[in-house]
Amino acid sequence: MEMKYYSKEHEWVEVKDGEAYVGISVHAAEELGDITFVELPHEGDSCHAGDSLGVVESVKAASDVYAPVSGKIVAVNSQLEDKPEMVNASPEEQAWFCRIAMSDASELDALMDEAAYTAYLNN
Amino acid sequence: MENSELKETPLREQHLAAGAKLVPFAGWNMPVQYAEGIIAEHLRTRTAVSLFDICHMGEFEVDGPKAAAELDRILARPVLDQPPGSCRYNFLLNDAGGVQDDLIVYRLDAEGFFIVVNAATAAHDAAEFRRGLSGDTEFNDVSAATGKLDLQGPQAAEILVELGVDRQSLPCYYHWTNVEIAGIPCLLSRTGYTGELGFELYVAVEDTASLWELLTARGVKPAGLGARDTLRLEMGYPLYGHELDLYHTPVEAGFGAMLRLAAMPSRRFVGSAALRHNAPRQYLRGIRLEGRRAARAGMMVQDIAGNVIGRVTSGAFAPTLGVAVAMAWIDAAAISEVGTVVNIEAGKTLLPGKIAALPFYDRGTARMKTV
Repeated sequence: MEMKYYSKEHEWVEVKDGEAYVGISVHAAEELGDITFVELPHEGDSCHAGDSLGVVESVKAASDVYAPVSGKIVAVNSQLEDKPEMVNASPEEQAWFCRIAMSDASELDALMDEAAYTAYLNN
Repeated sequence: MENSELKETPLREQHLAAGAKLVPFAGWNMPVQYAEGIIAEHLRTRTAVSLFDICHMGEFEVDGPKAAAELDRILARPVLDQPPGSCRYNFLLNDAGGVQDDLIVYRLDAEGFFIVVNAATAAHDAAEFRRGLSGDTEFNDVSAATGKLDLQGPQAAEILVELGVDRQSLPCYYHWTNVEIAGIPCLLSRTGYTGELGFELYVAVEDTASLWELLTARGVKPAGLGARDTLRLEMGYPLYGHELDLYHTPVEAGFGAMLRLAAMPSRRFVGSAALRHNAPRQYLRGIRLEGRRAARAGMMVQDIAGNVIGRVTSGAFAPTLGVAVAMAWIDAAAISEVGTVVNIEAGKTLLPGKIAALPFYDRGTARMKTV
């Protein structure tokens, strides 16, 4: 079964076949409003948990997207560059930002599961 | 709680029912967007019509036999020659020629004026007018008693006609008239901040919700301050506190011609000496970026050699244009002709763009003939 995790900075991580798909949460997309620009990381780059992976901008605001886990960026969802509105339409399904080959899967333990994230949002 | 100090317009319930996000703006709790979102509201205003709650803005009444002459001395653009029935964009300056506010003067008749000012500056403006006007001229701050709705978009005139306004009585661009809509007395002006055909409606504050309901019952949907900002930015219209401030003059902002400094060399008004004697230090320019990423207020502008030549005052993704646009103060000594390549410093990256002619969006319907 695939597990979904969330960071306090409102990224989500879903692990499939040992790789982490990363995006921003429904809550983050709603808070930003109409998303007009996405800057993605470079395929092949390494990242450490907490690094800025890219930028997401709406009409009114700009926000960094942070790496929830460390590893190597093995793929980016380049569709988002031309169609940033996908992040509003499907933030936790189609609009994944990148796929990370994790170097330390135990970092997932520091993230929240869906129930904990919901509680965090309501707090 | 900080929010408890925010002023509420008469339309709070209507906003919440329409899914508004309310945010603090100039001391007011204002709808920044509704459920549809800023881009949908923006595009609907360009192609159809939208309704904006603008009750936060300030309104003054000035009346008396010397009102025209006294306002002509207080405001930067001539008032004495303004015809009754017209509206005129104008500026309240300080002695250094800096802008204390930009505003619209409505000439009601020979002696009467209605002045519309920004919310954040209204109290200060009122004090400046009271100081500048003589005891013979009556001044009333009617902001709290006045509701203001903006109906903007190419279908705006049709909506008013459907509500019983005589088509022949619709005012021309930058003119006003008195009408009644379902028994509600309205001052109706053919003005706005979107670049589209549109009207601003001033009513008694207690009639504001009724007028809003009448318009929305006709199918007009609301748009918030977010869309208002992207619409005005596509037109290159200045926003006080961003493009206009105490440290820049209307001449630097590109409004020199309307002040008629050369045509009326003996006319004196607050700030006139400074405007006549001081050379512009910066010019307000539009920048069209190559990409979708927005430049934001405060970012620095570089020329192609990497020299800092200016600073961004406003920037956003322009929904009608599909790229980001910005306004910026550019040093007078720098080359800033239309087409000049510039870069905007956005953190570690540079956003490339070009100085662009204003308005960025040139298909607006604001000036179209309605009858």
